[in-house]
Amino acid sequence: MSIVVGNETKLVVSGLTGREGSFHGLRNRAYGTDLVAGVTPGKGGQDVEGVPIYDSIREAVEREGANTSMIFVPARFAAPAIDEAIESGVETVIAITEGIPVLDMLKTYWKAKEAGVRLIGPNCPGVLSPGKANVGIIPAQFFDPGKIGVVSKSGTLTYQIGNELKQAGEGNSSIVGIGGDPIVGSDFIDILKLYEADEETELIVMVGEIGGDAEERAAEFIAAEISKPVVAYIAGFTAPPGKQMGHAGAIISGSSGTAQAKKEALEAKGVRVGESPTETARIAVETLRG
Amino acid sequence: MDLLEYQGKQLFAAHGIAVPSGEVAKTVDEAVAAAERIGYPCAIKAQVLIGGRGKAGGIKIAADAEQARQHADAILGMDIVGPHGEGPFRVDQVWIEGGSDIAEEYYASIILDRGEKKLLAMVSAKGGMDIEAVAAEDPDALVKRHIDPTREFDAAAARSIVADAGLAEDALDQAAEVLVKLAEVAREEDATLIEVNPLIVTAGRDVVALDSKVTIDGNALFRHQDLAEIADTVDDPQEQMAKEKGLTYVKLDGDVGILANGAGLCMSTLDVVAQAGGAPANFLDAGGGSKAEAIVDALTVISSDEKVTAILFNIFGGITRCDEIAKGIVEASAQLDLGVPLVVRLDGTNSEEGLAILAGADLPNLHQEKTMLGAAERVVRLAGGAS
Repeated sequence: MSIVVGNETKLVVSGLTGREGSFHGLRNRAYGTDLVAGVTPGKGGQDVEGVPIYDSIREAVEREGANTSMIFVPARFAAPAIDEAIESGVETVIAITEGIPVLDMLKTYWKAKEAGVRLIGPNCPGVLSPGKANVGIIPAQFFDPGKIGVVSKSGTLTYQIGNELKQAGEGNSSIVGIGGDPIVGSDFIDILKLYEADEETELIVMVGEIGGDAEERAAEFIAAEISKPVVAYIAGFTAPPGKQMGHAGAIISGSSGTAQAKKEALEAKGVRVGESPTETARIAVETLRG
Repeated sequence: MDLLEYQGKQLFAAHGIAVPSGEVAKTVDEAVAAAERIGYPCAIKAQVLIGGRGKAGGIKIAADAEQARQHADAILGMDIVGPHGEGPFRVDQVWIEGGSDIAEEYYASIILDRGEKKLLAMVSAKGGMDIEAVAAEDPDALVKRHIDPTREFDAAAARSIVADAGLAEDALDQAAEVLVKLAEVAREEDATLIEVNPLIVTAGRDVVALDSKVTIDGNALFRHQDLAEIADTVDDPQEQMAKEKGLTYVKLDGDVGILANGAGLCMSTLDVVAQAGGAPANFLDAGGGSKAEAIVDALTVISSDEKVTAILFNIFGGITRCDEIAKGIVEASAQLDLGVPLVVRLDGTNSEEGLAILAGADLPNLHQEKTMLGAAERVVRLAGGAS
């Protein structure tokens, strides 16, 4: 098993006729992902290197059996494209686009929730299940199949840690980039649940960064619901000191959102937190091997 | 993007929320002239993007022209440090507004609650003071209620919040109207934080926003031309240069220049440099898929900061190709007189080609390191040792 994407994934890419969309969509296909269709309104009937293009995602679902949608359309058109995907009948929507207005995502988040569709992102590198499927922009060559599930707010930081795990001889069940935007479709908790239930995953690496309180919430959840070992890394201890304007943010979460606060919240629940990506990978490997 | 108090108030006024009228001034003479037009008493308020201005001496009341001159002279050019040690922030403009006859001071805010994925309205009858302290010591005095994103936020919903907060009976209708309009500002202007502290009731029983803290979602500026113009004004010369070149750059106080690809890896690079005893001079995320020209631009910006004594490149290529980065470094070395050592760590996509390009160029000031931690230690030594 793996989570979110795998052998059963049938992918439709919105924006496949664009430069970025075609580059990454075809790269995903070359990795072995079952890319069944592309969508660009007005370009239905065309094809991109043999992949049929439809005018709507729903058509791709009906004609090609697509069950996973990847969104690669420019930011100002992305929220409506995600909404279309949510209503199309796919099970999973993975939104790579960065720069989507957060209040647009607020509405879209609730649409996905109500429809029971799993939304990953936006502003994320996507999901890779090594040896099975890659949906997004994660460079698959730095990851081998294995027992470690990774969930991360950051792309390049994940590659860094994944590569160190690979050099130590370990691999991954899946790598899920949830994105670092204020509103994302799936949080750490959503993905931790999936890893807990996934037979292949024996250890979870969670990569967070400053801002919000997703890490603090995850710490509570891990203590209550996760039986598998979790190792964490938090980036941003020396991040530009946030000029805090209002006080409202600190009041609602009861947390300052700093890296230090997140580290303390995780350690208080027994989660080991690495000082650097290198140390995090080392702790993960040690813990896995007992 | 954060708005200055007066910019926030102009936004409020555009949405029909009552604010004191006033003028902005950048010199003492301008401030006195504005005060003369506005009349006395008037408030002279430092315009900086940080709270705690009052305590820092950045807000003064002037009773006459002489006082207006005195206060403007003291406030313009002063450095304000935030309540949590942020800054200092240099005051280069003041806002002068008519004095208000205050009967009550309340607190009102609308904020994006990331955890709950909803807008949250907060109201308290205990305004005009540190609201974090109120929330901690007397949590019942702060009414918090989520706004259902699928429904209209109407006067009735707002009224129940302000009534529960215990505002004066005769101010409830006006306060509810303000709250509805604040939610409208959030939605229509893409504001993710709006805080009014204090929201006052005047002696004449009018409800007026006496302060404003507004954060606008930078991703939404494409649909707000007026706000986008505010975002274009950047004071720091390096930040201005970076903005023109389309780079994500934040200036810091240290001497180790830093370039990495991806925000997470860049933040992590700052952390490991600090752990090695160094002080980062900046945050610069070269982004995904950077080409050689972007690297030349990035080095131009970093090296224009005179404090920088060594530069660290930490690249883990995914989409970014290390050979492009290496070409950029070689080009930048030819075009710019860097004069400071450059520590380069290239890993990931096409790293071998990249390393070969760097080896072939044989640059005198270039030091290669294989690992992120090794590179951090090396650059800190070259920058002049641990601080």
